Amino acid sequence: MKPIAAILGVGCTKVGEHWERSLLDLAIEACEKALEDAGNPPVRALYVGNAASELMNEQGNISALLADALALDGVKAVEVRAGDASGSLAIHQACLDASFSRGQEGAILVCGVEKMTDVMAPEVARIQMLFEDSRSTFHSGVTIYGLCALLTSLYMSTYGVSYEDIVLLAVNDHKNAANNPYAQYPFPITVETVLSSPLVADPIRLFDTAGIGDGAAAIVLKGPEGARSSSDTPVAVLASEVATDKVNICEREDLLALRSLRLAAGKALGRAGVGLDRLSFIELHNTTSVIGILSLEALGLAEPGKGVDLLKEGAVAIGGRWPVNTMGGLKGRGHPWGATGVYQVVEAVWQLRGEAGKNQVDGAEIGLTSNMCGLGSISCVHVLARWEVMA
Amino acid sequence: MKPIRPVGIVGYGGYVPAYRIKASEIGRMWGNDGCALPIIEKAVAGPDEDMTTIAYEAARYALQRAGIDPHEIGAVFIGSESKPYAVKPSGTIVAEALGIGSQLLAADYEFACKAGTEAFQTCIGLVSSGMAKYAMAIGADTAQGKPADELEYTAASGGAAFVFGLKSDETVAYVEGSCSYTTDTADFWRRAGQPYPAHFGRFTGKPAYFRHVITAARMLMEELGLGPEDFDWAVFHQPNAKFPIKAAKMLGIPTEKLEPGLLVRYIGNTYSGSSPLGLAATLDVARPGDRILMVSYGSGAGSDAFSFIVQDAIEEKRPLAPPIRAFIARKKYVDYASYARFRGKLLR
Repeated sequence: MKPIAAILGVGCTKVGEHWERSLLDLAIEACEKALEDAGNPPVRALYVGNAASELMNEQGNISALLADALALDGVKAVEVRAGDASGSLAIHQACLDASFSRGQEGAILVCGVEKMTDVMAPEVARIQMLFEDSRSTFHSGVTIYGLCALLTSLYMSTYGVSYEDIVLLAVNDHKNAANNPYAQYPFPITVETVLSSPLVADPIRLFDTAGIGDGAAAIVLKGPEGARSSSDTPVAVLASEVATDKVNICEREDLLALRSLRLAAGKALGRAGVGLDRLSFIELHNTTSVIGILSLEALGLAEPGKGVDLLKEGAVAIGGRWPVNTMGGLKGRGHPWGATGVYQVVEAVWQLRGEAGKNQVDGAEIGLTSNMCGLGSISCVHVLARWEVMA
Repeated sequence: MKPIRPVGIVGYGGYVPAYRIKASEIGRMWGNDGCALPIIEKAVAGPDEDMTTIAYEAARYALQRAGIDPHEIGAVFIGSESKPYAVKPSGTIVAEALGIGSQLLAADYEFACKAGTEAFQTCIGLVSSGMAKYAMAIGADTAQGKPADELEYTAASGGAAFVFGLKSDETVAYVEGSCSYTTDTADFWRRAGQPYPAHFGRFTGKPAYFRHVITAARMLMEELGLGPEDFDWAVFHQPNAKFPIKAAKMLGIPTEKLEPGLLVRYIGNTYSGSSPLGLAATLDVARPGDRILMVSYGSGAGSDAFSFIVQDAIEEKRPLAPPIRAFIARKKYVDYASYARFRGKLLR
């Protein structure tokens, strides 16, 4: 078990409709919080994950813009774009930088940011489909929730599962979000809340979908050497792995197998040298509940068709065998695309430092985060651990 | 702002067209069956009605209650965003039809849904200063909602008129104070030549409606040294059923105090007519001595807040014209096809 990087500080904004704040305002807040949390180390590189600032905020080149705003004079700045996987991929690139530039002075700042309320909901839905294959899927006119609806129906008919059971994941998310001061929807819901909410794409209901929200999250990391002298509570990055799948889901052999996630998770757990039994908690990418359930199955936590059993048995609740989305996940905390992957890591760091408040997973030692673009065209998995675990 | 010499309402009246379309009928048309609807039904102007006929009807009832010689009215202001003419004041048409003399100041106001209450303030100023003995303010609209847009469910027709004069035994309520709050907030707009307004979805809520309504209400209360508990009734602009109730809650005003003036569920959002109709409906039930809070909202954006104290003359003048509830109860349902014909949505 050998770390590839050490996380020294984290910070984020509340996810929500930040009407009076810009993309840059949000990114600055998250970065300043993370830098302060890390003890304000000198920064040598900045990685920014963002999905659609050109289309939603009329602003490109945001890594240089943010470096300038943070007065990181002359710093290396890189922008990473991969739809709603942009945040985790920015962390991945930063980890590569950390391991490639061993011994270099200075920390690396990673920020995931998305300002979605600058455009209206139908435009958000259109832009989200630009992360799919424009030659096939996008031009068919289907939305991401339309595709999720097809997968939900297929999952229900293939395995004889009810929609009531599938949306237990949304209920789990809201329960955890209720104790997260940074969550967009910090209140509990019931299965009935989901079933009585407006229909989005049959069978998917509004309360089964990740909302539209603005937010930014940031982490400060560096190479693993001397992490202990840089921070009292460093968190180890044991693995950061990425894999891809057919972008056009119609070309996938098995529509219900999130292959990119399975590949990335397999590589990450192998690199980390840990088995599923060692995981204390898991942060899933659940644009809708079915994607979260398919993720549980792709990670190997359940056989195909048995993911809902983990929900029904309470295994995914805090205190269960594999607590999932401990601070609210995409449904409860919110899903500001390019920031989501960084929020997941920020929340994992809270768990591993014992700072998750009422949602603290007792004895949390190793956590896994999985972030993806769309329906898994690209997946990125991080395995994180308390520093002491490696001793 | 307090007028130098106290000013009150000499007469008031309202009018709502008889035709209604159910929100569910609009939903049926656009395949939104089963979706949450913002109101129950909305009032639709008939084929022979426009904003000026609605303004005329409301003003006629206001004059009936005022019991004054129309020639003593020195100004007629109409707030609306459904003016039949882009250039020609609607007030000229209404004033002449009412038999008001030609020694008259007339103008149309535009400030989205708060144009009617802007006319209130101008009338109060003219009367208080002595430049006019009586002045009439009208808020009326035949609001436009683009087919299939969210606004189509609520954009409705109706209006109310108020005659202002110096406070006396003849006034049914007097103005305790008023203030306005205005910012550059582009939540809803219509450019010249465009038939329908555009809006920015959820941005029309928190940073637009609520920010302006709540701020104007709090400014007024501070200026008058009043708290929410001092008001017996409250009227807010009513773009849908949810917003005014939430605004009242944010200000600490119980929903019961809104009830008499909360008309949106049954007539829709009558834009410039919305809060004036709510005030008229509240005057229909208020007792002498009651204090009424009224806060309008106009996109773009701004709010006017008023505090009125009801006087004894209300009892005597109230029966002189039909109450707003009578117009709400008088209704004839139309289907979407008739609605489309009435509102000129079909080209011939």
